[in-house]
Amino acid sequence: MTIAPEKTDTQVQLRLGGEWLALCSLSLLTPGRGVAALLPDGRQVAVFLGRDGRSYAIDNRDPFSGAQVLSRGLVGSSAGRPFVASPLLKQRFDLASGDCLDDESVSVTSYEVRLGTDLAVDSGSAA
Amino acid sequence: MPAMPTPAIVVVGHGMVGQRFLEALAERGVAERARIVVLCEEPRAAYDRVQLTSYFSGRTPDDLSLVEGDFMERHGIELHLDDPAETIDRAARTVTSRAGRTFTYDTLVLATGSYPFVPPVPNKDAAGCFVYRTIEDLLAIEEYAKTATTGAVVGGGLLGLEAAGALKGLGLKTHIVEFAPRLMPVQVDDGGGAALLKTIERMGLTVHTGTGTQEVTVDESGAVNGMALSDGSVLATDLVVFSAGVRPRDQLARDAGLAVGGRGGIVVDDQCRTSDPAVFAIGECALASDGRVYGLVAPGYEMAETAAAALEGSLEGDVKSFTGADMSTKLKLLGVDVASFGDAHGAADGCLDVVYSDSRSGVYKKLVIGPDGELLGGVLVGDADSYGMLRPLTGSVPPISPEQLVLPAGLGAPVALGPSSLPDDAVICSCHNVTKGTIRGAVTEHSCTTVPEVKKCTKAGTGCGSCVKVLGQLVNAELEASGVEVDKGLCGCFGQTRQELYEIVRALRITSYAALLDSHGREAAKGGNGCEICKPTVGSIIASLAPTIGADGYVLEGEQAALQDTNDHFLANMQKNGSYSIVPRIPGGEITPEKLIVIGEVARDYGLYTKITGGQRIDLFGARVDQLPQIWARLVDAGFESGHAYGKALRTVKSCVGQTWCRYGVQDSVKMAIDLELRYRGLRSPHKLKSAVSGCQRECAEAQSKDFGVIATANGWNLYVGGNGGATPRHADLLAQDLSDAELVRLIDRFLMFYIRTADRLERTSTWLERIDGGLGHVRDVVVHDSLGICAELEALMADHVAGYRDEWAETINDPERLRRFVSFVNAPEVPDPTVKFVPERDQVKPDLPVLQIRTLEGTAAR
Repeated sequence: MTIAPEKTDTQVQLRLGGEWLALCSLSLLTPGRGVAALLPDGRQVAVFLGRDGRSYAIDNRDPFSGAQVLSRGLVGSSAGRPFVASPLLKQRFDLASGDCLDDESVSVTSYEVRLGTDLAVDSGSAA
Repeated sequence: MPAMPTPAIVVVGHGMVGQRFLEALAERGVAERARIVVLCEEPRAAYDRVQLTSYFSGRTPDDLSLVEGDFMERHGIELHLDDPAETIDRAARTVTSRAGRTFTYDTLVLATGSYPFVPPVPNKDAAGCFVYRTIEDLLAIEEYAKTATTGAVVGGGLLGLEAAGALKGLGLKTHIVEFAPRLMPVQVDDGGGAALLKTIERMGLTVHTGTGTQEVTVDESGAVNGMALSDGSVLATDLVVFSAGVRPRDQLARDAGLAVGGRGGIVVDDQCRTSDPAVFAIGECALASDGRVYGLVAPGYEMAETAAAALEGSLEGDVKSFTGADMSTKLKLLGVDVASFGDAHGAADGCLDVVYSDSRSGVYKKLVIGPDGELLGGVLVGDADSYGMLRPLTGSVPPISPEQLVLPAGLGAPVALGPSSLPDDAVICSCHNVTKGTIRGAVTEHSCTTVPEVKKCTKAGTGCGSCVKVLGQLVNAELEASGVEVDKGLCGCFGQTRQELYEIVRALRITSYAALLDSHGREAAKGGNGCEICKPTVGSIIASLAPTIGADGYVLEGEQAALQDTNDHFLANMQKNGSYSIVPRIPGGEITPEKLIVIGEVARDYGLYTKITGGQRIDLFGARVDQLPQIWARLVDAGFESGHAYGKALRTVKSCVGQTWCRYGVQDSVKMAIDLELRYRGLRSPHKLKSAVSGCQRECAEAQSKDFGVIATANGWNLYVGGNGGATPRHADLLAQDLSDAELVRLIDRFLMFYIRTADRLERTSTWLERIDGGLGHVRDVVVHDSLGICAELEALMADHVAGYRDEWAETINDPERLRRFVSFVNAPEVPDPTVKFVPERDQVKPDLPVLQIRTLEGTAAR
């Protein structure tokens, strides 16, 4: 299997408490789709790559069904903001805020994500 | 206290008008309060006589029936078939039938219709002479035509041309003999008749106008061999159909001493009561209070309503009256549009004609304009599209000049005449007498937002269908007026419909969603992520056209992977706890014991819940995403392929066991089902496609509930389309009969590709067939008669699909790059998702889920 060289060094990193956690190589993400990642405490996050190259992470658990499936939904844009539609009953969640676009009383946790090259430098920094 | 006596209503005649009268009684609740007896001469209950000729294009007598399922039982109506009324005793208030049954009535309703007029020429009853009125007449003509080569129709009116079309369809060299100097003398004028003549002659029919029939000649066996005509010539023909008009059937009424008109017809008042107040007459047997006998179905329906109201009114006092009706008609005869409305012949004083005539293209349009500029009537031949607008305008001054109304689109100034220019009391649907105001009310007061809803609510457009186009315009105009923006675009990203996107992708060979969005999307959506509606839709269009436009046929290739709904993305069906189910293809439902054992072993080894599906295959539930490739490796190894249960694609072709084993079977339904399933497997379409093949008319495979269903006949296969089960069941319509294997496959190729090309997103064939302009008739014209000249292209598209098919699962498990996505966690590929858990139930497993209130988008529902 071949991986594009310019992508090999780029990591997707997630902010957890005060720390940045390396999740995976950027090359494992497909624009317009998501993947699931397991956090050290057992929680699951859904990580997405938008068409513009920006990445997002929200809780993987679909609050409407209780299943850990949001990472397998389709990514779209609504009024310029990216969202994912749950694969089960199609409710949409804003990728940046975690707010449900179809039921304002519902939202999921959103996480800060960044693309980095050297996790060791940033690890532990509070910035 | 004595019980209220139940009033008895006896209806003589069960044709279209008779049935409508029964429906009107039922709607008014009279059926529940009265004993209703119906005497019907024909061996079958009421059917759509107007569509009689469609029997020859594949509609069965059952399709033509007007009586819904258990209508008679539900309303307690006693229907006696094949038993006409023979005498009426008005003093005793009884009717006696041919079988000798006597019924007492409080009210008698005569709906005896009319009989074909046969001119009194010698040998008019010889073998080979027919009339054209009932299904039995058609069956007899069809049988006799098998040994005939030439046929002649006496009468060039409306029914005569229908009959001529039928004879031509039966493969006979066909002549039309009309006494008047032109065809359709009642409806059209000389110019219209000339345009019609030219078009009909071009189809290969021979027309003799201004010619009378003097004698039918017979051979020594007494069978027809020709006709002697008034011009002295002899026309050699094997078969003669008399279609020279109809006469009211009033003999029963005459014998009973009821008043009849000088030229026939039972005299009725404006309530449809005869000279005996206990007796009504409705439909073609009645002479209405304006002194006319109406031979059209719409006035007959109106009389049925009037009589029903009068009958009810005798108890409750609401009054309706029938004092005459609009004689407007629009028909398609031999494929030619013919319409006439209002004062078509310009009989009014001081009226003037505006005429457009193009004999080259067979188009003739005439409008009759009154002295004050009001539209009085008109004749349209060859192009009657404007009928739906012009007829309701009759009696008013049109908002644009009459010249513009007759010019074809594109000539002269553009015509901006929309239904908005019609007054509220304009009748849009003349079959059901529905006004524009009623249709507007359906939108504004009854919250209908689509044409099908309005049709259901008002009945408009459910008769002959000629007003459906105007209906659509009205509904949209009304929605727009009430502030509902009618945006036909697919979604917030594309202003085009799915059909338009299909054409763009096909014509420009666009193989990338992003390219399509950026070039053809709405401005605000360009450069964005698209949405969950258009991405799978475009993904499906690209997949349907892949081999033709040069895209990869593998749905997970490159950018296409990001477009697929989650089920397509993992080539499996997601279930409620995030696990997946697996359905291997079992073509035709035929499976070897060895393969059954493999399925059993796989299910056992992975702890999968197994269930037999409705489509004759086996569903394996409860696989984690990381297990899918391992499970499929074993299935592919055993010779299984993807069943596409996850895709908007061909699902299954069910079959019964067929001729090979079944004592009733007449064809090998299993082999045909397997052939069809293998041909269309993997075909991506606007929605799922289901099919079935039955080996005989017993229909054990339930083919008539499928998108395309095949039923064996002694001579080949009948093809049904547009069936559906589910929430809105629909019986499939017969598309064509007695097809050979090759003809069947070719027709299904065309049908499916035409559906894929023109349907909306997630529109099953059943709703598509109901929605598409012209409905089944149009689809039949396109795929059977190639009216758009696209059949070769449709077949080529399907040939490309068949040649390009590859099994998605075999491709996937052989490619490590593609297998990479089948993990529960990107950062822990070896870890199974701990939240996907199961508990035992009935010796298998079921998902272990916390009890959740699942809230759907529509609202809250406990699951």
